[in-house]
Amino acid sequence: MTLVVVTVMPKKGVLDPQGQAVQGALAHMGFGDVSDVRVGKRIELEIAGHDPAGQATKMCEDLLANQLIEDFHVEVPG
Amino acid sequence: MSATRVAVLRFPGTLDYESAARAVEGVGGEPVYAHHEDTALPEGTGAVVIPGGFSYGDHLRPGALASRTPIMSAVRAHAADGGKVLGICNGFQILCESGLLPGVLRPNASLSFICRQADLQVADSGTPWTGGRDEGEVLSIPFKHHDGAWFGDPGEARVVLRYAGENPNGSIDKVAGISNLGGNVMGLMPHPEEAQEPLLGSVDGRVLFAALLS
Repeated sequence: MTLVVVTVMPKKGVLDPQGQAVQGALAHMGFGDVSDVRVGKRIELEIAGHDPAGQATKMCEDLLANQLIEDFHVEVPG
Repeated sequence: MSATRVAVLRFPGTLDYESAARAVEGVGGEPVYAHHEDTALPEGTGAVVIPGGFSYGDHLRPGALASRTPIMSAVRAHAADGGKVLGICNGFQILCESGLLPGVLRPNASLSFICRQADLQVADSGTPWTGGRDEGEVLSIPFKHHDGAWFGDPGEARVVLRYAGENPNGSIDKVAGISNLGGNVMGLMPHPEEAQEPLLGSVDGRVLFAALLS
């Protein structure tokens, strides 16, 4: 079994209202140095069989990310 | 085969199927429910409605999980044969996630759930979905959504309905509803099934259901 970590983030240039809302809250709390916030998701997959990273990439293309608005990154932590 | 038989899809979390079925009956159609695990549409299906709600709890992305179910393979085949498909709210999201319509529905720019009556301007009178209304005519239909901002390339679709007045959700080009280039697949965020009775303030939603049978 291999742990594969998939990170899905809103594409740069696509408005991220969630990130903006968080940034606004942080500014109200005094964290004024934050110039940008983007909120995405982390998906952890336990994958059996060969080429877990390749399988995860296919899953991202087919379901886990919508590439019109999201980028994904696949990582197998060592 | 009865062209008046309309399949109304139900996924776990679909909410508006009874209103949609009632609207189908209102224009003389025969609604039949079809479920997410069905591998075929009910026999004699002439058109398909995908009602609103929160299929699969909106997990991952609205419509993403519903779009990968067996029944949607049958809907794809139906649409490829030129059959009519109407997706409302979550149904619109499912059609985009299925690739039957271009683009995707993103969270409202305000991040708020918005629920109110809306004026929708007919932007393309050349599809069956607006019942011969001229461009610029207005339909009054309510909407209720959190993820209603259509994002995509309007050149890949036909923009059938636009929000008149201010843009409530930040959609590209004030899009409220689009069809595919062929005109047989239509998706919109507002709820025409809730604009069927004079008592409820508008009957403007009837044209979209009548189009299913045309």
